[in-house]
Amino acid sequence: MSPDGAALAARLRERDLDAAPAALNLLESSAPDDRREADVMLTALSPGTLGEEAPGHVIGVTGPPGAGKSTMLSALLAGWRARGRTVALLAVDPSSRRSGGSLLGDRARIDFDAGDGGVLIRSSAAGERLGGLARSTAAAAEALAVAFDVVVIETVGVGQAETDVAEVADTVAVVVQPGAGDALQFLKSGIMEVPDVLVVTKADLGQLALAARRDLTAALRSLGARSTPVVAISSLPPTSGIEELLDALEQHRDGVDLAARRTGARRTRALREFLAEHGDRGLRELGGRAQAERLLAAEDPGAEVPLLIDALERSLDG
Amino acid sequence: MLRPYNGCMSGERPARLPERDRPWMMRTYAGHSTAEASNELYRRNLAKGQTGLSIAFDLPTQTGYDPDDELARGEVGKVGVPVSHRGDMAALMDGIPLDEMNTSMTINATAAWLLALYIVTAEEHGVGEEKLQGTTQNDIIKEFLARGTYAFPPAPSMRLIADMIAYTVEHVPRWNPINICSYHLQEAGATPVQEIAYAMSNAIAVLDAARERVDPERMEQVFGRISFFVNAGVRFIEEHAKLRAMSILWEQIGTERYGVQDPRHLRFRYGVQVNSLGLTEVQPENNVQRIVLEALAVTLGRDARARAIQLPAWNEALGLPRPWDQQWSLRIQQVLAYETDILEYGDIFEGSKVMDALVEELLEGARAEMDVVAQQGGAVEAVPYMKAALVDSHRQRLRRIESGEQVVVGQNRFEETELSPLTDDAEGGILVVDPALEAEQIEAVRAWRSSRDESAAREALEQLADAARDESGAVSLMVPTIAAARAGVTTGEWAGTLRGVFGSYRAPTGVGEATAGSSNGELAELRAEVERLQEQLGRRPKMLVGKPGLDGHSNGAEQVALRARDAGMDVVYDGIRLTPAQIAASALQEGVHVIGLSILSGSHRELIPAVMEALRERGVQAPVIVGGIIPEQDVPDLREAGAAAVYTPKDFDITRIMREIVALLAAEAERPALAAGSAPA
Repeated sequence: MSPDGAALAARLRERDLDAAPAALNLLESSAPDDRREADVMLTALSPGTLGEEAPGHVIGVTGPPGAGKSTMLSALLAGWRARGRTVALLAVDPSSRRSGGSLLGDRARIDFDAGDGGVLIRSSAAGERLGGLARSTAAAAEALAVAFDVVVIETVGVGQAETDVAEVADTVAVVVQPGAGDALQFLKSGIMEVPDVLVVTKADLGQLALAARRDLTAALRSLGARSTPVVAISSLPPTSGIEELLDALEQHRDGVDLAARRTGARRTRALREFLAEHGDRGLRELGGRAQAERLLAAEDPGAEVPLLIDALERSLDG
Repeated sequence: MLRPYNGCMSGERPARLPERDRPWMMRTYAGHSTAEASNELYRRNLAKGQTGLSIAFDLPTQTGYDPDDELARGEVGKVGVPVSHRGDMAALMDGIPLDEMNTSMTINATAAWLLALYIVTAEEHGVGEEKLQGTTQNDIIKEFLARGTYAFPPAPSMRLIADMIAYTVEHVPRWNPINICSYHLQEAGATPVQEIAYAMSNAIAVLDAARERVDPERMEQVFGRISFFVNAGVRFIEEHAKLRAMSILWEQIGTERYGVQDPRHLRFRYGVQVNSLGLTEVQPENNVQRIVLEALAVTLGRDARARAIQLPAWNEALGLPRPWDQQWSLRIQQVLAYETDILEYGDIFEGSKVMDALVEELLEGARAEMDVVAQQGGAVEAVPYMKAALVDSHRQRLRRIESGEQVVVGQNRFEETELSPLTDDAEGGILVVDPALEAEQIEAVRAWRSSRDESAAREALEQLADAARDESGAVSLMVPTIAAARAGVTTGEWAGTLRGVFGSYRAPTGVGEATAGSSNGELAELRAEVERLQEQLGRRPKMLVGKPGLDGHSNGAEQVALRARDAGMDVVYDGIRLTPAQIAASALQEGVHVIGLSILSGSHRELIPAVMEALRERGVQAPVIVGGIIPEQDVPDLREAGAAAVYTPKDFDITRIMREIVALLAAEAERPALAAGSAPA
């Protein structure tokens, strides 16, 4: 017997955080009954049904391995909890699926209080593409944003991971460590998109961290991204920069047109998933990318991704 | 003990030494239950001819918690003696002449604290610190890599070590402030090359840190105080070559990197405990000959002979050894030293082409591996790399044993056996610590706190915190640590104060980076079963693997996690030092289908029921699989407490364990409650 998607949605709408694990189990399931209930749940939680965008702040955190993301997230978790925010952390493991299985070791490195019901950490494997998000992760972020104040999607790497995260997150933070020139090169060469917030870890390294912050700020300026904040933090005691980072993340969210950003992101995702399913041939049948985008733009701005895909597929049939 | 050799003139028979060598120092790694019980054991051991002490502390003491801490539950007095304050140390050393005794302490994160308690205890007996002899293990890098009893992040941990070295070189000159351990690396699966390379890299990291804290002219002396704690496996020829290689490398590092000139300071000094990883639960009597052969590795060649030896007991894979078991191991040493002619000759491998070639091969490999570590910025920075490499080596070792390529007599070959009369007593031939002792120790530490001068203790802790906060490092942490020991501060308070300043830390697990296993026939079959299970469950089977309690021996848990991954499961590896509440929270949040818990410290009788209770409270229905050093006679109780399956060291075939877990889940999947995962819907 499948869990009741409508009931789970109702509990999440009442911000019953205990409903979250079961909701995530449902979203990850591929059993036909579960998929049906999951669609019921997602529809009940979509902006179209809610009449507004989900209130939670969806933040994508990405960066190369060893940049200090886990330690930073431990410090951020504590910071958000001190500010009274509930937090869901979706930790996406990069090691995609060798042998089908995956080893999700990140949780072990994140400090949290087991008795604190205001924090949820969920690990999952990356999608099929290197560094990409699994489809269920995006849906999970949307569903949890109804119940939690903050939803973090943590991924590793730049490139695909960053692009995928940008399709779900309201705010994308890229984390780099000082001395790693890669970030600078990636930024300049355009391999890495300009993030909403750039974080330099290990500020306790002093000069090195300051230099990294200076170089990155200069690079951003030359790319015309003057307003992108570059925050230097030290996640180990005595911590520094964590409050500043929390503020920077919040300020970014306050500054974006959330509804427009999320609507755009949902349409991009719908198109990408349509492409994955039907390929370029499907797109040609629709009349090309521009026509597909027009079809999507005709839909309700609050329509959830499965509904948008349906719309594209209907045009395909017709 | 010394006797002139009886024979002809040395000129005629140059093979013989003019005088028989003095035996190495003989110890037994011992301690359990309480300070009083351990003191009695030490006195008995000394009366039997043991020549030094080797103190085993319990896990709360090693990781800096008092017996009444939540994390100490089930661990008090289990794998060693609890020492919470100077009163405990005084009881532990009662009647033992501290100015004559050579005491080795297996203590790392809290080494500065235990040394301070030892100094203060000696002071109370009128013995000055300059007279004290012994060793604090104090090697934190290998705790991050292999043993898991760390307490603070890497940087402050290295600062504590450097402060201790600087202090002892000046005030406790006969003390070895640190024992660089390759021992635990081998236990974690290191090959001989890895053992050499990582130990040497580790020593370099320590010496570099110390160089910043001591006068340059003292550096030679500091180098001379660094000793090693090594391992020796049953391939004892190669193991002996390893020690010769280490001594060559050490001398080279001393002269080239630190400019040491005095040959006495350049000598590679090491103590040893021989391999426990290779000891088996099946036909455990075979472990005796393994131990004897391993002891040969560290005694045969005079040029690379151990300074101190402690041998494991034949029944370590079964549980905690009893005094009689440990006596047997001491007698092995005594037979080797006093009955054989091993101490009568010069180096018997001198000029051996085979030995020289072996040494050269190991040196070449070790230098290359040391370069890799150096390129990463040294041993501290390279912890994730080394950890992943060890996990990988261990995985390969297990595969060799499972495939039969590496023979383990009695385990994967010659399995037919008569019943062993050694294990048929009521307790199964091991020591069982009275579970009532924990409550007594909790009472005792509370009584200690309420009877001391509270304001003096508070004051001492404040000074300790001040010194810790001073990042310039101008203040040695040893001074306020010794003052705190005098003021009656407890182990948990000392470590808790430093955690407050330094923060706590979780080390890399090494499992995420480990390479995927090969897909031989058996594993491919298993993957097909996992695929079928996935169909049943709707999701890929998800397993939580972790270690409750304070035991940091994570090899087993890591290998189970890797194999589950290779079998096609999603594995959440939660690491070590988990409370029952954390395990329950992880299981619920992650929506796992099965939970695998590993315990080697003997605390399973307390911790497994506590975990089951926490899971029930959170409504988690996922079955729990328990593995570790679980005595056979405890299995029914654990099953009774709710464990779905229990695996002991005799279950070495991890693929078989996986198959059973998959079958269990397939059966459970028929129950509708589990199909949606462990969370209540």
